[in-house]
Amino acid sequence: MELLAFGKTGWGDELFIATLMTIAVSITALLIGFIFALIFTPLKLSKNKFLNLIANCYTTVIRGVPELLVIYLFFFGGSGAVMFVASIFGYNDYIEINAFITGSFAIGIISGAYSTEVFRGAIQSIDKGQFEASKVLGLKKSIHFVKVIMPQMLRLAIPNLSNVWQITLKDTSLISVTGLVEIMRQSYIAAGSTRDPLFFYSFAAILYLLLTFLSMKLINQLEIKYSKGY
Amino acid sequence: MDLDLMITSFPKLLNATLITLKLLSVSLVLGLFLGLFFAILRLNKNSFINKFAYGYSYIFRGTPLLVQIFIIYFGLGQIESLRSSFLWVALKEPYWCAIIAFALNTGAYTSEILRSAFQTIKPGFIEAGKSLGIQSKIIFYKIQVPIAIRQSLPAYGNEIILMLKGTSLASTVTLMDLTGVAKYIISTTFKPVEVFIVAGGIYLFITFIIHNVIKYLEKKYSY
Repeated sequence: MELLAFGKTGWGDELFIATLMTIAVSITALLIGFIFALIFTPLKLSKNKFLNLIANCYTTVIRGVPELLVIYLFFFGGSGAVMFVASIFGYNDYIEINAFITGSFAIGIISGAYSTEVFRGAIQSIDKGQFEASKVLGLKKSIHFVKVIMPQMLRLAIPNLSNVWQITLKDTSLISVTGLVEIMRQSYIAAGSTRDPLFFYSFAAILYLLLTFLSMKLINQLEIKYSKGY
Repeated sequence: MDLDLMITSFPKLLNATLITLKLLSVSLVLGLFLGLFFAILRLNKNSFINKFAYGYSYIFRGTPLLVQIFIIYFGLGQIESLRSSFLWVALKEPYWCAIIAFALNTGAYTSEILRSAFQTIKPGFIEAGKSLGIQSKIIFYKIQVPIAIRQSLPAYGNEIILMLKGTSLASTVTLMDLTGVAKYIISTTFKPVEVFIVAGGIYLFITFIIHNVIKYLEKKYSY
């Protein structure tokens, strides 16, 4: 227990901050994933074969390639890509992107592929009558989507999105290879300096279990909220 | 695009693929036995045995695979009695540590898949077997298991693909699998995109094959 003391004598405060970092990266990655899903879900559902192909390539490649490989691509290629874009605009200095942004982008793209599949499935299982009804009523496309499709889609998507959240949360442990100090990285540092890896990695496992347990409780609440009226 | 690098790194990456496939197949076989074992425990009516099996799957599904590997590879070596036991022969090798972690991890997911498959078997099948006077052991092996395998094929196919991606974590404990070699080439040449395309292509090819084999099996065993 001494090892977990707060302050200079223990690793308690460091691990606490690292846990907050894990939560921050997970949420950022999930939101980035939603943005990708918002772009690619319409492409997946579109009747245009070419747009379809692009979206299918995205989800197939990301879901078929290990997360670690994607992270290495971003870690080693990220600043190069940004510098390339910057050089087009005439900026030639060295740009270093911080590990938080690289990491949440890498995990976000992965999580986006899963979210896309979830949203696609949810929209496809909405009754066709709903689309026809809002057409008949002459609703504007934006209102039709926000007021008719979204609420129904969310209800269907939430159970599967909770899986996406769990995957995303666990994937963030892989960002530790880029040096971002989240739970895994902090445990690695603590294990190295105290020579007590068993304790710190087990503690990391407990932290992850706690995070998954608490988030499941929260998601269950959401599920109840969105299934009102059914 | 550096085509030369892509061509020269291809044989190296292909070589490393063998280790990836070895890790995958050994841990899948071990994980299948673990999964079946724990699925049977889950269906047991004794609430203690039941909870034990549930705890196993909850812990291994609720924590990242990376933590599991690190606990086994870095952590277990700390226990003095373990270091002097026969288990140390396996636990000092990163290869076996990775396999133990993968097998335990995929075993947890497999046990959930099999459990839900067993639970969705129509009671009529079992009752029919009983009314024909078939021993309950034979009902289990000849009726329940084949149906459960068929039911769980699609989900198990996904699990195989997830495990294939999971084997990439072996590179974190010094094993030179496909991802490990890819990372090595990237960090020596600083050409991430080219290496990613080749290594990712190999992974996708394996995924493609697994996907089609499962699809074929699903068709073959459909009823």
